[in-house]
Amino acid sequence: MSERMTQPERGYTPSEFMIVVAARALVGVRTVFVGVGLPNIACNLARHTVAPDLELIYESGVYGAQPARLPLSIGDPTLVTGATSVISMADLFGLYLQRGLVEVALLGGAQIDRFGNLNTSVIGSYAHPKTRLPGSGGACEIAINAQRAFYIMQLKKRAFVQQLDFLTSPGHLTGGDARQALGIPGQGPELVITDMAMFNFENAEREMQLVSLYPEVTLEQVQAEIGWQVRLAESISEAIPPTDGELELIRVRLDPGGMYSR
Amino acid sequence: MVDKCLPLREAIAMYVHDGMSVAIEGFTSFISFAAGHEIIRQRRRDLTLIRMTPDLIYDQMIAAGVARKMVFSYMGNPGVGPLHCLRRAVEKGMPVPLALEEYSHYGLVARYMAGATRLPFYPLRSYLGSEMPLVNDQIKFIESPYGGEKVAVVPPLNPDIAILHAQRADVQGNTQLWGLLGVQKEVAFAARKVIIVAEEIVDEAVIRADPNRTIIPGLIVDAVVHVPYGAHPSYVQGYYDRDNAFYIMWDELSRDPQKVHDWLDEWVYGVADHAEYLQKLGTETLERIQPGSASAAAIEYGAYR
Repeated sequence: MSERMTQPERGYTPSEFMIVVAARALVGVRTVFVGVGLPNIACNLARHTVAPDLELIYESGVYGAQPARLPLSIGDPTLVTGATSVISMADLFGLYLQRGLVEVALLGGAQIDRFGNLNTSVIGSYAHPKTRLPGSGGACEIAINAQRAFYIMQLKKRAFVQQLDFLTSPGHLTGGDARQALGIPGQGPELVITDMAMFNFENAEREMQLVSLYPEVTLEQVQAEIGWQVRLAESISEAIPPTDGELELIRVRLDPGGMYSR
Repeated sequence: MVDKCLPLREAIAMYVHDGMSVAIEGFTSFISFAAGHEIIRQRRRDLTLIRMTPDLIYDQMIAAGVARKMVFSYMGNPGVGPLHCLRRAVEKGMPVPLALEEYSHYGLVARYMAGATRLPFYPLRSYLGSEMPLVNDQIKFIESPYGGEKVAVVPPLNPDIAILHAQRADVQGNTQLWGLLGVQKEVAFAARKVIIVAEEIVDEAVIRADPNRTIIPGLIVDAVVHVPYGAHPSYVQGYYDRDNAFYIMWDELSRDPQKVHDWLDEWVYGVADHAEYLQKLGTETLERIQPGSASAAAIEYGAYR
């Protein structure tokens, strides 16, 4: 990990690459459900670049946030001041999310499997966890009701697992049309954005497949961080590195302390 | 007109008893740390603590041994990391084992709504495909009576007592808040008893001048407590910011049970009340968390005589 984190000769960090790739994926999107940390920076970057009409929605009950500083959490008061609307959580989940008004959800997790199911609950058994993780928060219903879901997480073998320790938030479940058959309204995971590569689910099995490698990253390096034999898309592209403009926005405006992006 | 104002010590002594279910709500903001600390000081035991996001306050209360059980939907130190005392309680049973009843956010919101509206259950589009219903038998699915569809349902939640912080209230408990509304309204209507803790106690005329902002009516409020900065280190919109340095400090300190013990001794058991806590905290900290000004334009309600 440490060697991946510091690559000064490239002029950007893997986290900055992730943020830029996620922001670009939001091109033309109108509403996005934002998680704290990297998703937050990515959504704000998108608002300043590819998606000027993007409305940021936070589960704390904020619609149309325009944070004047990097929010410390999804409940930061800077999200309230200057927002379009601030509402109760009952209204946020009922009237916005369940009503189908969230186009994209940008989420992270501790573990993900090949069908894009997420675990944010426990490592080990639920009754006697080795590590107790935070739990669902809004992730379970967000994964169910958002029209589309993008995941953003570091590519690590302990996160990309053959078998989840617990399924908190449904992706494509057992694959194919399992999700639709169960009556889940949202289309489910569409992209997995990592610090080495990007994946999508564009096949009949709805299985995660590699579609884009970052410069100087090899297929072998990617496979080494995935707990199953990774499927390859028909063509694999090389991702375009962050531009100077994108990097300046991240470093000067969105995360000047480098809290999430260094 | 009934004046429901009480000192915090008396309100907790009168309304919070061993074995009760207690909801100190407030999503990242409006968290009544003052009330949580007073419950610790009065050495309550065997409580069921209910909160969507346990935050540092339940980390501290559980470390102090006040609770047997926690009902929640996300346990984390917001924006910082895990809650170490809670993890010790869950992973190692320290200082006492803690039973968990876990929901997603909307699941717990829905429980409060069923409780508030006195319905037998509340339906929501969640949990399909998730393993959460396997570890919490309160989460069930029903078929819509209007045609085939499967929806999740959760039962009502009626805490014995809700303790809610707000910007201002009058002496009858008519309460106005703005900023992140969270579930303050729903939990107030769901609870059997309600204590309001306010930054300011205002004249009834202030409330009546802006009735749209009254989220909780005095009708359902049992006690009103005046505690400026009572939500520190969390925040109150427009009054003070989160003391993030404290949240970061707690992440470090709370890794060591002895240090938590010492902190509780110094900052909770070692002070008489929240006023003494603030004095100890010092004016420098309070100045550091003052926000700049951003005020809304006054609105016209009109006089109709």
